[in-house]
Amino acid sequence: MSISEASLQGRGLSLWRGDRCLFQNLGFELTNSQWLHVSGGNGSGKTTLLRVLAGLTMPESGDVYWDDRRISRSRFDYHRSMIYMGHLEGLKGDMNPEENLRFHYQLRDKKAGERIEIAIERLGLERCRSLPCRSLSAGQRRRAALARVLVSSATLWILDEPFANLDVKGRELVEELVSEHLEQGGMAILAAHHEMHINGGTRVPLELS
Amino acid sequence: MQTPGMLDAGWALLVRDIKLGYRRIGELANPLVFFLVVATLFPLATSPERELLMEIGPGIVWVAALLSSVLALDTLYRSDMDDGTMEQMALSPQPLAWLLLVKTVAHWLVSGLPLVILAPLVAQAFFLPAEAGPTMVASLALGTPTLSLIGSIGAALTAGLRRGGALVAMLVLPLSMPILIFGARATDLAMDGLDVTGPLNLLAAIMFLALSLGPIAAAAAIRVSLD
Repeated sequence: MSISEASLQGRGLSLWRGDRCLFQNLGFELTNSQWLHVSGGNGSGKTTLLRVLAGLTMPESGDVYWDDRRISRSRFDYHRSMIYMGHLEGLKGDMNPEENLRFHYQLRDKKAGERIEIAIERLGLERCRSLPCRSLSAGQRRRAALARVLVSSATLWILDEPFANLDVKGRELVEELVSEHLEQGGMAILAAHHEMHINGGTRVPLELS
Repeated sequence: MQTPGMLDAGWALLVRDIKLGYRRIGELANPLVFFLVVATLFPLATSPERELLMEIGPGIVWVAALLSSVLALDTLYRSDMDDGTMEQMALSPQPLAWLLLVKTVAHWLVSGLPLVILAPLVAQAFFLPAEAGPTMVASLALGTPTLSLIGSIGAALTAGLRRGGALVAMLVLPLSMPILIFGARATDLAMDGLDVTGPLNLLAAIMFLALSLGPIAAAAAIRVSLD
């Protein structure tokens, strides 16, 4: 699987929450095989920045550009090439992980069929594939959400605290998956306050204060 | 990667929502039971005289239908907002307005349609003449989808709030008044054996207006709620 050339840019991004400035005049550029490491303490605005980059939150000034086009203007193109995993897993409690994945890709990608099987196996979800998601542990739900990211053939992965609730093996797996994605030419944006050992690709640090 | 067409995506969402609706059968039955209870409260509070009940019957059925549809609104977007599915839908390469329209249709199929079917039963309790029955069902079949569509805007606006229940009612009820007026009027006219095409046409017109503009407003409101 090869990933075509693309670039993501943030130009002059600013956002306030009340009278507190989360970030001001923030800029960065990301191209193939690079990953943006968003770090900073609790409440420094990591999640908000990721939501801005995903196109969920509007910045007060500045814009995010995908292939030199504003994401607010080319929403469908951008959302086709991007997958976002936030704090909420986006899983229906009454459906099992497999049903959840299948439903998600009925809206997104017709050809995801076999990749779903592979992702379930890779994330170690075979044993709970037919259990309703509300009976899964937080870590298992996280794995199901990661399976969704893995199934997508998106160029850009935006992962907010991907390590949350995961055990040591799970963390290593995330690092491995991101590394592989970068080696294939993908891009990633990760927010985490942990150290991360991503072997493939180039790290672009971005620290929020 | 091949993005599915709007119809395929819409069908998948419709099937999912109806399936989820029936997995939570209790939540589904609440508005219906509410409808029956409210309608039966009126004869108890006023008087069981046949003339009076015939007089107020159509109005009561409509008020009960309106209140129960507002009560059902809370389940429309709440769970998708809480578990992050709405976020994912807003980020999918499908038009959000279309997805919300499908969700509203699914919601009407599991909460509005049973109400339309139950209405003749309630009408019996109010001694409504049999010839007014079809008109009442027709007016509800045209009016309740509109209530759901208008309600979906209110539900979308309050979806980001922890407790939106009372606020939704305040937003939606004033906008629903025309539907209430024409709906009750149609049944009234039918009871007197008069022509009912006027109010029914107006109900249909309002439904198409809500069908064309409602989802766009709801999508804008959901994006604000997700912000």
